[in-house]
This record gives sequence, C-alpha cells and structure tokens, in this order.
Amino acid sequence: MAIQILMPALSPTMTEGTLAKWNVKEGDTVTSGDVIAEIETDKATMEFEAVDEGVIGKILVGEGSEGVAVNTPIAVLLEEGEDASAADQAAPAAAPATETKSEAPKSEAPASVPAAPKSADAPAPEPEWTGATKSQTVREALRDAMAEEMRSDEKVFLMGEEVAQYQGAYKVSQGLLDEFGEKRVIDTPITEHGFAGLGVGAAFMGLKPIVEFMTFNFAMQAVDQIINSAAKTLYMSGGQMGAPIVFRGPNGAAARVAAQHSQCYASWYAHCPGLKVVSPYSAADAKGLLKSAIRDPNPVIFLENEIMYGKTFDVPDTDDWTVPIGKAKIVRPGSDVTICAFSIMVGKALEAAEALAEAGIDAEVIDLRTIRPLDTATIVESVKKTNRLVSVEEGWPFAGIGSELGMMLMEQAFDYLDAPVARVAGADVPMPYAANLEALALPQADHIVEAARAVCYR
Amino acid sequence: MAKKATAKRAAKKSASKSAPARKAAAGKDELLTYYKEMLLIRRFEEKAGQLYGMGLIGGFCHLYIGQEAVVTGMQAASKEGDAVITSYRDHGHMLATGMDPKGVMAELTGREGGYSKGKGGSMHMFSKEKHFYGGHGIVGAQVPLGTGIAFAMKYNDTDNVCMAYTGDGAVNQGQVYEAFNMAALWKLPVIYVIENNKYGMGTSVERISASGANLHDRGKAYGIPGDEVDGMDVLAVREAGERAMEHCRAGKGPYILEMKTYRYRGHSMSDPAKYRSKEEVNKVRSTSDPIDRVKALLIDGGHASEDDLKEIDKSVKAVVSEAADFSQSSPEPDPSELWTDVLIEA
Repeated sequence: MAIQILMPALSPTMTEGTLAKWNVKEGDTVTSGDVIAEIETDKATMEFEAVDEGVIGKILVGEGSEGVAVNTPIAVLLEEGEDASAADQAAPAAAPATETKSEAPKSEAPASVPAAPKSADAPAPEPEWTGATKSQTVREALRDAMAEEMRSDEKVFLMGEEVAQYQGAYKVSQGLLDEFGEKRVIDTPITEHGFAGLGVGAAFMGLKPIVEFMTFNFAMQAVDQIINSAAKTLYMSGGQMGAPIVFRGPNGAAARVAAQHSQCYASWYAHCPGLKVVSPYSAADAKGLLKSAIRDPNPVIFLENEIMYGKTFDVPDTDDWTVPIGKAKIVRPGSDVTICAFSIMVGKALEAAEALAEAGIDAEVIDLRTIRPLDTATIVESVKKTNRLVSVEEGWPFAGIGSELGMMLMEQAFDYLDAPVARVAGADVPMPYAANLEALALPQADHIVEAARAVCYR
Repeated sequence: MAKKATAKRAAKKSASKSAPARKAAAGKDELLTYYKEMLLIRRFEEKAGQLYGMGLIGGFCHLYIGQEAVVTGMQAASKEGDAVITSYRDHGHMLATGMDPKGVMAELTGREGGYSKGKGGSMHMFSKEKHFYGGHGIVGAQVPLGTGIAFAMKYNDTDNVCMAYTGDGAVNQGQVYEAFNMAALWKLPVIYVIENNKYGMGTSVERISASGANLHDRGKAYGIPGDEVDGMDVLAVREAGERAMEHCRAGKGPYILEMKTYRYRGHSMSDPAKYRSKEEVNKVRSTSDPIDRVKALLIDGGHASEDDLKEIDKSVKAVVSEAADFSQSSPEPDPSELWTDVLIEA
C-alpha cells in the first residue's frame, strides 16, 4: 500500500512551515534515514528524513510552498512492487489524513480538570501516653529514634558528614557507630549534592537512608536531588518507584552564625508536592515524628533546630513511641486568639501566651509539628473558637508559612475571622551577625504579644 | 604511573582484539541477536521521530539513532539483576533492558498504557521489573543516583552492577566527580558509561573540555580505571563491558568506559544540527554504522543471507508498527490520574 508522507512538526511549537527544498524527485528510491526534504520551521531549517523505504511516487506539495500545515500529505511513497497508479490512488486520500491529525490528543479544557482530592483521611490522633516518662534532651530523643528504627529494620542506615567517628557535628548520632558499625553509620565526604543523590538512588532500591545535613543551609547544594529526584520520581514513574528517605538536620538560625548559616527552609520544601515536611519542637515529638518519618515510604524533610538540641522534655519511656505525620498539637488551650508556630518558635509562642494571660488574653497555642501535609482541620477548628490567628515563624515573611495559613483561612474559615490574620516572621533581610541586629531580625515573644493584642483589638 | 600503565594495557588489549579474535568471540546466534536488538532501537526511534512529526509526541524527544551498539553491547555483557540508569536520551536503554516497545511508545504519546501512565514522557520512564531506574531530565543527576543504586547492591551483598550512563556534556557536572569520589572510596559496583557522541547539544566536546576530547581518564584522580571503546562496534562494547563488570563484581570498585559514538540526528527533534557538517555525519553513517557492521559480519561469515536479514527487518518493523498502533489506540490517562502517585499512602 502506498504511504503518504506528511508535513512533519519539527519543534514543540510548530503548526505550519515552509517546504524549502525537495532533495528527491519522483521515481527516486529512498531508504529510512535518507534526507528527502528541507523544511523551515518557526525556529530553523530542518532536514526531513524518510522513515519508510520505497520509491517516491508523487510529490504533492512543491518546493517553496509556504504555510504548509503540519500533517498535510506532501508526497506519496510507493512500496516494493507498486506502480505509479498506486500513487494516484493514495493522493486523493488527503482528507482522511487530515482527520488523522485531528486525532492527535487535544488538551482538556480547564473546566474538566478534577478538583484536588480532599485530604479527608486525616491521620488518627496519637494515643495519649499514660505510661512512664523519662527526662531527655531533643538530641538524645533523636538519637534514640534512629537507634530504635535501625535495630528493627536492617534497611535503615545513616549517612552524612561527621555522623560516625566524630559522633555527629552536634552529637545527635552519638554512639550509633559503636552499635551499628561502619556499614550502617557512614561518614561522607563534604559533598551534599553527591551524597543526597546517592541516598536517593539507594532509596529507589528499597533501602531507607537517613541523610543528615550538618545544617539545612548546606542542603542548598543538594536541592536538585531532593526535589527533582526524590520528590518527583514517584509521580514521573506512574507510582512504580518512590524514595523512602529522610533528610534531616538543623534548620534556621543558631546563634551568631550570620546569613549563610541562618535560614529557615520550611516554606521552601513545603512548596513542593511529593515531599513531607516535619519540624518538631519537643523531645517527645522529635522522637515520635522521626520514627514515623523513617517508617514513611515517602521522602521526608525533617527540620531540627540547633538551639533546641540541648533542651530537656519528658519523653515516653518506650521504644515504640510514634507521632503521626500531618497532625498538629494544641500545646496550650485558650479561647481568645490562636497562635500557630513550629520548632523553636513554639517556645516563644508559649512565652507570649503567659504574658498575654497576665493581660487577660487567653491564647491557644498550636504546634504545627508537620508543615506538609498541614493539619488544616486543627487550625480551622481553633479559629472557629477564637476567631483570630497569629502565625509565627522564624523564616522570612514573603511567601512564608504565615502566607499559607492566611490564605488557607480565607478559603476555609473566612466567615469566622473577626480580625485580619497577623504574621510574625523573621525580618526580611539576610541574617546579620551583630548581636543586637540578630536579635532584631528574629521573632521575639514581645512581637507575638503585640500581634495578638492587635488582632484582639486590646 | 601504575594507573597509566593499566589504562594503556587495557587499550592495547582491546586494540589487539580486532577482527580475527572478534569473529571467534561472537557466534551466529549472538550476532543475529545484536542485529535484531539494534535494528529494533533504530526502527523504533525512526518511528518516534515520525510520530513526533505528526504531533502525536510532544515536548522534547531525543533520539538514540547511531548509538545503538552501546546499550546493546553493555546489556550483552550484563546479567540478571544488573541495573541501568541514564539521562534523557533513554529510549534505546529501555528497549535494550527488555522493556515492552508498546509501553515505551505509549509513554511517548502520553497515554494510559505508557510505562508511567503517561505522566513521565520521553525523559522520565522507569521499570523496576527490568531494573531500569530512569530516564532523568537533569543533566548529570543520574550519576549520583546510579552510584546509590550500586551502594544498595553492595549493602545487600549482591554481586550485581549498576550501569550509570552519561553523555560527554554531563561529565563536566560537579556531582559526577562527587559520585566518582564516593564510588571509589567505598568500592561500589558501578560502571560509568560515558557515551561520547562528540556533542553536548550543539557544543563539541573539544570546545568545553579542558582535558581534551578523551574522557575515559576523567576518573584518574580517584584511581578509577577507564578505557576508551569503539562505541560503534557492539562486540568491542561487549568485550569492554565484560572487563568492567568482572572488575566491579570482584569488589574492586567503579570502572569508566568511554564509548566513542555518534548521534545521527540532532540533539532533540527541534535541533537542525548546524554545528557539524553534512559530510561528517555521512562519513560516520557510511563507514561506522553499528548495524551495518554486524550485518557485514553476518553476511561475510556466511551466518545469514540478505533474505534472512530481510525477514528480521520485517519482524522488527512489525513490532514497531504494533507499538505505534498501541501508542495511538491507548487512551489518554483518566483525569483523576492528575492527583495520583504524588505520595504513597502510608
């Protein structure tokens, strides 16, 4: 059967082009790969190769023709044994060929885009712990979480700079090398991009890496592997291949380490589908959430805080304490205003709540704990009661977590708001070094008090 | 010095394995298999180019035509469980690992029957079953990822190997050397296959490589042995692949194979390839074509007649036709697929 040669699309945006030159004439024999014509696209002049072999039976569109629509038949190719009459028969079939073109998939109209599924299946609330507790620092709680998960699952291993022999730059991995050996507690070269990618590759194979960044500031070197490889592969593979990996380390400002070592990445990572983002405050939550993160089949960004490492809390005295990802916690119930915070800022919010109580304002403090997926239900319920929200974060205000909370309440609780949502955030500048300027750049309890009073009009 | 000697010896070894030794090394069945596998890739890619021309494949589409001997030879040297990872010029790698041409083509057309349900496209396809780990669109990213796959192979005490393919452009990415360092340090079973097709998009390797056009010694600083291989000769590729795999499986760490190869088409479908002369392309096509070379071995060795090969051509064409038909009859993904596979439900 004679084959129609169609005007090709030779760029992602081409709809028509000029048939600049024929390199063959009727009667010529061509084989696949032969350049048969030159075609001018919207971008360049391209060579057009034959796909099938045969004899050029008829040229339908002459040299120099402009505005030839993509998929217009431009020539007829005869297969072995066919004569020229087959070309004539094939030539009028231009119309059906044009129909072929219309079979090309069209983008669906926006109206038919299905709505995002509601995250109806909110995680079950964690069980109240009524058993014995022990007093532990956040640092120890994180270490115990890793050790317990490594004991129960051979696939879990820890890698990062100084995690093994040095026992962790901030001593979070203290003792792990002794217990698990160098196969599972691995000192890496200073090569964040490389070892983040290596960890993701290992996770594709079903291992469960914990990748420690000495701080999340250094993870900027690795952000391509975190987003493009870890977060997107499950989707790009149609669900075949995910990356069960935890990226953890201190986030945000420490003390006097200035601009390149003092940044909060919560909103950066929370922006990206395919990631979970966790940022705990207490030692009990740090332990329970890290264990959940290690068990989670998805990539989890686990944002710790250097100043919090040495703080002590009561932690359930068990090796099976987990806290569900995606569940906020009301750490101080109240009725007049809701204050949302995470990580070290929860402490500032609690401090502010005490000060507000003295002024007769009863603040409810919510520890978000997980940034993505955000526990909107807990926040909305609280705002329905208090009708006011103050969002607190250490990071910059623009496109920050506070921006998201404000918008979310517009969408879900607009009618319940008695005041505009207020945000308390880090100053919109790179972190300064000078002690006085650094203090001015970071949210303080006073700022929170001020914001809460403003939304309460008191 | 010692490294240099090793590299030289290796080069000598492959140089000495010219025609006579090679004929002994590959029998009729093997040659026929390679012929068929390479032809499948070529015909598949030509068809993909045609479907792109018809608007059925969108976006970026990078064809592998000319480079077929590289993946075919490497797969011939590998064993079950060995993994493959590469960049975005990936259709040939998928076919070589045994992935179904129908599923690959349907992914190119963005249909439900594609390997990624139409959500990945030409540059992002995977098959856990066939140990194909992508299909990655960010130049160089597959190198640390492949090193991690090799890390897992060693961690799990298997003797499998990961073949991490990269182009001559990607080897200037910093993360490639970060991966080299870790792979050598931890003796990971990974073969870095550098497909040097002479051009990173429109820039010739000479114009961007301070160390010259040869890339096999890029691992020298890490003690990684590297060989230059005629990537247009499937038997030379197989022989080099076997050597590298033996090294990896013996626990000696990574290996670099620089495949001197050539892509006949532009970088992507919309590249007019004005940065090289027609004569250059034609010369490679007429003197070093990997498929023609095997064809000559088959005919000259009396293993097959022109008619036998025509039969193979026909059967390959039928497979590609079937794939092309499937890629147009398979429906577009259901709109609900927009929201699936973002996260695994814990």
